[in-house]
Amino acid sequence: MKFLLVDKMYNKSIILFLSVFLLTGVVWAQGDFPPVPNPPKLVNDFTNTLSASEKDRLERKLVAYNDSTSSQVTIVMIRSLGPYEISDYAFQLGDRWGIGQKDRDNGVLILAAMEDRRVFIATGYGMEGVIPDILAKRIVDQLIVPNFKMGNYYTGLDKSTDMIFKLASGEYKAKQVTNTGDHGGALVFFLLFIFLFIILPLIKNKKDNNNHMGGRGGSIDIWTTIMLANMLKGGSKGKYGDFRTGKGSFGGGFGGGGFGGFGGGSFGGGGAGGSW
Amino acid sequence: MKKAFIPILVIGLIGLFVYVKAVGVYNMLVQNEESINGTWAEVETQYQRRADLIPNLVNTVRGYADFEQETLTGVVEARAKATSINLNVDELTPEKLSQYQQAQDQLSGALSRLLVTVERYPDLKANQSFLELQAQLEGTENRIAVARRNFNQTVQSYNANIRTFPNNVFAGWYGFERKGYFEAAQGAETAPTVQF
Repeated sequence: MKFLLVDKMYNKSIILFLSVFLLTGVVWAQGDFPPVPNPPKLVNDFTNTLSASEKDRLERKLVAYNDSTSSQVTIVMIRSLGPYEISDYAFQLGDRWGIGQKDRDNGVLILAAMEDRRVFIATGYGMEGVIPDILAKRIVDQLIVPNFKMGNYYTGLDKSTDMIFKLASGEYKAKQVTNTGDHGGALVFFLLFIFLFIILPLIKNKKDNNNHMGGRGGSIDIWTTIMLANMLKGGSKGKYGDFRTGKGSFGGGFGGGGFGGFGGGSFGGGGAGGSW
Repeated sequence: MKKAFIPILVIGLIGLFVYVKAVGVYNMLVQNEESINGTWAEVETQYQRRADLIPNLVNTVRGYADFEQETLTGVVEARAKATSINLNVDELTPEKLSQYQQAQDQLSGALSRLLVTVERYPDLKANQSFLELQAQLEGTENRIAVARRNFNQTVQSYNANIRTFPNNVFAGWYGFERKGYFEAAQGAETAPTVQF
């Protein structure tokens, strides 16, 4: 009895140790990229270059744009890029955060590395058409760089986001929430599941008890085999499915209030940058 | 009669288990290979896009009479070499991929020498069509980098899948083989750190 108790505690501490270990592992692996801000924001100034009211004004503008078009224009300001090319860092950050909607890839990331004095506008796959590299380059050269040179960071960002809105206007509209169909499908599936794996076995068990075959009940029947086979299949599929996870929480920030979260869009290398 | 039934059932179940597992692993690896196909196609597309930009670039630069001919022929030759190597998806062995990468990297080197040389020609640097070509070239290089990273990621998960137990047994049966990676550029040893 005592042994069992000790054993249990031992197990618990191992689990605790392992989970701590795993968690730190995750932190190390992503150490070069800031985690998605919580609550999610579109203006992420890690350097405190902008004042609170400037941040607020930009945030409100970008959130309103996201609400009406579902396109997510995001500003991230960090201090130093370390070993990364700014383009490479921007695409990876955009992919990690999942800026833009998953099915449209309509995210734009304006990344500024303040100490490196470099800036980059990265366009998601879905925005490459409306903001081709050459226009992104012009926005950087004509709107961002001159203002940043004089220290007018807010003006540069304000004007460049205005220009991005102008270029992208009309390309996407916010999606109406129509997920009733999905719910119906899931419900049917759920009921089927209950029927197959809970009700049917119950009925079967009753029958078994009635026919006085003795308390075997352990014989493997067709349903169990099907269930096992399904579980096996599900297992291997699940493993594969994780392979390229869509990050970011769902939705595009409907209704009033703040920003609802990133939608899982991805970046393919569009955009241009410069330095000031 | 009844006693013989149980071992048969057990053997049958083990057989079923192995069968289901084998099918699962096979399908997973096929799906992995398909996603490698997809990412590889993207890599080739972007390299092709770069190769397509080069004739225009060379013609624009050639208009400047006294431009160094060596640099230009270097680019043209490297392009010819790079476009002569095409890899099918079933040829993505580590050796072949490193040949492919070498040819493409040579072209990258020739191009960057060309762009450095251009610095000495202020007229050319201000030429509008040259500027646009340069921006397109930069964008293509960015897309190549992204496509290469995506390709490496899919290959990595595939290689990990075929080398872990018990998948390696099944992979051996079906003849799935390791695929090659793109190597990162040299000279990232003294890396400074990222600061948010």
